[in-house]
Amino acid sequence: MSDHTHHHDDEHDPVYFQYEQIDQQQETYVLGMWSFLVTEVLFFGALFMLYIIYRWKFQDDFYLVHEQLNWKLGGLNTAVLLFSSFMVAAAVHYAQKKRKTQQLICLGITLLCAFMFMMVKTKEYGDKWSHHLIPNKAFSYGEHHGGGGELGGQGEHAAVLPNGGKITLASGATNMGGEGASHDEFQYHPGNGTIAPQPREKPAFLKFLDGVFAPLDMPEKEQHGSPEHARLFLSLYFLMTGLHGVHVLVGIIVISALMILTIKKAPTITDYIPTEMVGLYWHFVDLVWIFLYPLFYLIPK
Amino acid sequence: MSSTVVETTPKVEPQVEKNYLNADHTIKSWLLTTDHKRIAVLYLISVTVMFFFGSVAAALIRYELTAPRGLLLSSEAFNKTFSAHGVFMVFFFLVLAIPATLGNFLVPIQIGARDLAFPRLNLLSWYLYTIAAVLVLISMFMGGVDAGWTFYTPLSSTYSNTQITLCLVGIFISGFSSIATGVNFVATIHKMRAPGMTWFKLPLMIWSTYATSVIVLLGTPVVAITLFLVVVERAFGFGIFSPELGGDPVLFQHLFWFYSHPAVYIMILPAMGIISELITCFSRREIFGYKFVAFSSMAIAGIGFLVWGHHMFISSQSVYQGIIFSLISFIVAVPSAVKVFNWSLTLMKGSVHFSTPMIYALGFLGLFVIGGLTGLYLASVDTDVHLTGTYFIVAHFHYVMVGGTIMAFLGGIHFWWPKMFGRMYSEFWGKLSAIIVFVGFNFTFFPQFILGYLGMPRRYHLYYFAPEWQVYHIMSTLGSSILGIGFVLPAIYLTHSLVKGRKAEANPWDARGLEWEYTSSPPITENFAKTPVFRGKVYDYDAVADAAKYEGEIEPVIEGKGRTNV
Repeated sequence: MSDHTHHHDDEHDPVYFQYEQIDQQQETYVLGMWSFLVTEVLFFGALFMLYIIYRWKFQDDFYLVHEQLNWKLGGLNTAVLLFSSFMVAAAVHYAQKKRKTQQLICLGITLLCAFMFMMVKTKEYGDKWSHHLIPNKAFSYGEHHGGGGELGGQGEHAAVLPNGGKITLASGATNMGGEGASHDEFQYHPGNGTIAPQPREKPAFLKFLDGVFAPLDMPEKEQHGSPEHARLFLSLYFLMTGLHGVHVLVGIIVISALMILTIKKAPTITDYIPTEMVGLYWHFVDLVWIFLYPLFYLIPK
Repeated sequence: MSSTVVETTPKVEPQVEKNYLNADHTIKSWLLTTDHKRIAVLYLISVTVMFFFGSVAAALIRYELTAPRGLLLSSEAFNKTFSAHGVFMVFFFLVLAIPATLGNFLVPIQIGARDLAFPRLNLLSWYLYTIAAVLVLISMFMGGVDAGWTFYTPLSSTYSNTQITLCLVGIFISGFSSIATGVNFVATIHKMRAPGMTWFKLPLMIWSTYATSVIVLLGTPVVAITLFLVVVERAFGFGIFSPELGGDPVLFQHLFWFYSHPAVYIMILPAMGIISELITCFSRREIFGYKFVAFSSMAIAGIGFLVWGHHMFISSQSVYQGIIFSLISFIVAVPSAVKVFNWSLTLMKGSVHFSTPMIYALGFLGLFVIGGLTGLYLASVDTDVHLTGTYFIVAHFHYVMVGGTIMAFLGGIHFWWPKMFGRMYSEFWGKLSAIIVFVGFNFTFFPQFILGYLGMPRRYHLYYFAPEWQVYHIMSTLGSSILGIGFVLPAIYLTHSLVKGRKAEANPWDARGLEWEYTSSPPITENFAKTPVFRGKVYDYDAVADAAKYEGEIEPVIEGKGRTNV
């Protein structure tokens, strides 16, 4: 029994100054992690709600647009994440058994899986970029996609409507107040048969991914359905998978930090609790993907 | 050799008691502190700055409205002014003023802990708040925003040409500051309570802070992602709420109010916690119906999530939705009423002391009742159709937010000021300014009920079409000048007390609670010399008559910590 007022002077004391006992500290950590995950559920929950409402509203169009997504790559990512979740669970198990080598191997495999996931995601996003499917200014979707021809002036891009009209997106077209940030405005032009643009060349540093994942490439599908609803679907797709991707990146940082601290025998890593907390987070990231994959890639007819 | 030994006399320590304020004086020791008390002080400074900016905007609005055609501002500037007022006051003052300052200071002390569960997370939350506040201030000085604090789409997402993107990024970041504090409070209250401090011995301030944190955890992520969606819609042309793409702008309102209605409980629940403390202390009486007051906080937190639709009675909601939201809105008034009745019954038969904090508390009671009852007019669909979007609503929520939250905030600051800074302020100036705030407040906002009933729409710059409203606007503006004085006075005499104030004893109000009975004023960095063991009753004011018996019941500090090193 030592006087608690001296805790903070003791570098190697695993119990922080504000806690009475190691058990209390560990329970508090885990509770804090669960509370944080509650906020994460609500964070994604709002997006899932939006998805449900729009899918219910535009069922047919969402089915048609979803064919633009590569379900094989998504499936690969699902397998990768599921396996990584298993690995992180094993890492927690070995941390509890104090078998450090095995724990580090499992964490290392988890980390590799996370990198693999991000590579697949980069390949997918790259494909969407070259096909003008990212819902920004260069977005283009329509029946005539891939038919050749050039799009008009700079800073203006069009989405061709089924009726031959198009929606253009001009940056800062009308700046009413003259101050403040410019923004995008949609304008509707009656059709004159403008054709959607050719696929864009990918940056060189991404090309090697095309080779790596070539076996999973899928033939390009015709673009059917309303371009507006396609844009809505793809907005949701990029928001939700993008936010999920950010969480994977955070996971990579956290798992790396945990591995480094474990190897360096940092005083804060005395038991399995830090590994368990990283594990909880990683399971959450996995779980979100388990919902995202069927919702975006596997819409039934 | 021996002669030198004789010379060494024990060093005489200068007789300055160490506390958290004088533990270290460097700037670094403040900016990198993990001490919850110092972070509370940092937050107090930050929210006061933001309150100042919000008040300047409010003063401009009131001045502008004294004439039917305006005096100073263009209509565009007027829109930006009321938007700035709302953004500063709601997102950067009201939702966190009490939890981040008094909550941060009190939660560990009242439950008998040395600090919050995650002190570094606590510091991070202050930095996130500061970064967010700076971003929002930049957006305001670069031209401001004109979509009101509610940022309804498609105005905010498509049509407005103002600094909405930057401002929303700021608010988004401030959301994570709130979440960090919420996680910290939940973990702390669950796991850090001193031995003997069971759930039903917790001070009611802790119960309401807990309820608030639950709302923060469940609500804040939703509004954060919603405002983020508006950002990506503006920045990249993503079209979640855009009608051009088949999106539904009203969905924004649903998601926004799913947080922002519970957010008004985030603002009022900590205030209710403070009032429970003040009323028991200055009535010298145990609170009437402790468990009812405690559970009513949780009930408000729960039911508060089911009433957001009453903001949208005229936003294309179906009649049945309207009826159900109306019904639940009436139900949420019940736990609030339970609290008011319990406070009143505590006052009854108590020996009421009219100290400065108590005057704020009594002011709160009156104003909150008016604010709450006028809320019922707005909760019933048919009267709301007449009153929605008018000054009646403005008056209603200012009665709850200013009359409730700010009165309680000031009352709490005056109550715990001796504990926070170890100094007493002038009781005369304290009472005077409390009365000035009460009078000024009613002068400002009561005329707005009449204005709203007569039909003056909120957010309107001009009312030349109904010049008869001018008299009410002038009354309101005069009142706001009085209110302004009421806010400036405490800033002066409280600051003055830091230097010239009489030194406070450990328990100047003869109050009950760990923070008064077990800590010095101001507390030491560790809060308690040894971990307290709580053996008595909460709010044990009935024992005041028999002080000796009381001393026997609660022995200050007995056991060591009994922790095992691994």
